[in-house]
Amino acid sequence: MWEWLTNPDNWTKTFGTPGIPQRLAEHLQYTAVAVVIAALIAVPLGAYIGHTGRGGTFVVGMVNAFRALPELGLLILLALSMGVLLAFEAMTITLVLIAVPPMLAGTYAGIRNVDQSAVDAARGMGMREREVLVKVELPNALPLILGALRTATLQVIATASIAAFVSLGGLGRFVVDGLALREFDQMAGGAVLIAALAIVVELVLAGAQWLVVSPGLRAPRSRKRKATT
Amino acid sequence: MTWVLDHVDQLLSLSAYHLWLALLPLVLGLLIALPLGWVASRYYWARVILVPAAGLLYTIPSLALFVLMPLILGTLILDPLNVQIALTVYTVALLVRVVADALAAVPATVAAAATAMGYRPVGRFFAVDLPLALPVLLAGVRVATVSNISLVSVGSLIGVHGLGQALTEGFQRDNYAEIIAGIVLIVVLALAVDAVLVLVGRVLTPWARIGGRR
Repeated sequence: MWEWLTNPDNWTKTFGTPGIPQRLAEHLQYTAVAVVIAALIAVPLGAYIGHTGRGGTFVVGMVNAFRALPELGLLILLALSMGVLLAFEAMTITLVLIAVPPMLAGTYAGIRNVDQSAVDAARGMGMREREVLVKVELPNALPLILGALRTATLQVIATASIAAFVSLGGLGRFVVDGLALREFDQMAGGAVLIAALAIVVELVLAGAQWLVVSPGLRAPRSRKRKATT
Repeated sequence: MTWVLDHVDQLLSLSAYHLWLALLPLVLGLLIALPLGWVASRYYWARVILVPAAGLLYTIPSLALFVLMPLILGTLILDPLNVQIALTVYTVALLVRVVADALAAVPATVAAAATAMGYRPVGRFFAVDLPLALPVLLAGVRVATVSNISLVSVGSLIGVHGLGQALTEGFQRDNYAEIIAGIVLIVVLALAVDAVLVLVGRVLTPWARIGGRR
């Protein structure tokens, strides 16, 4: 496995076969596209539902139902019905469908859990509903929203590694090709790269969250809770 | 639909195998997570080590963990043990924190009263702490169950075939009926086991039904 990982041939394009950097870039691209689309859908919707309190039961029910849905099945069904040419789109839809429920739930729960007295105080100071949401509720809900974003991103990275099965790229390619060719060092090397990518992304996002969240919210309790979400 | 009716036997045996692959790790994971979580709830140093370590293990994608198992364990690459041990790792990683949180949430006055009544630590754990922690613990077990049942299907990418076989095979044969049957059965299995767990929870915590919450 180390031989495969340290072989320079695997780090460049050889005989038309993309190397590790290109597969890594594909993996990151798949992940980023899906996470951004999912966030654009889930955060405003979750903020609206959390702010008005309407549809909360729907959110909780949907998240639980989606957890049972096998990612592989969803990916295969969409890839097959949309055709090989639209495999990227099929995968992106799958990844967005996987990322939206946790983000929606996190945003909703974050807004709901904001100290009600802070919201009342904001209204008492004459803030409009929009301002209450943007200036008070969202900043206070940030730890939970970002925590949900991290969870969703990791799930997307995991599922993007399955994309190789429907003839797409990404780091999962090495695992799928390695198994097909019985090259187990390639398989293991790919697996190590996927695991390393997930851990590095998690640590980077955790660091970013620490920087972005208001120090006032960094109470010992909330910090402890965030550590592993 | 005719395809499904023609292959009922095969789908049933795949379902049974799927459950076996998903539920054995759940039981093992719970048995391992209970003592670890107990230690983490009692000693601050253990919590600081165990909870972040579990979180980091949980971030490793399933496909990667399945493939890495043979390297760590020395098993064969197509051995179903790879999937079962990887899922046990996930279950432990998820439940350690849940157990620790659930036990830490047991009211200190109740624990003190039990000690005053003469319970020794081990007896108190089983007779007082664990039952009181059960609702939170059960919520964690339900999440682990549903995600295990869903994750087993990824195992078919490395040749460990539960219902995931219906998905990969259906893809190769352009057989929608097979894929949809696979997805539906996986979801049905997850919801059915989840319902059983809810029922077990109700039986085990009769006090929760009287007089509402706590």
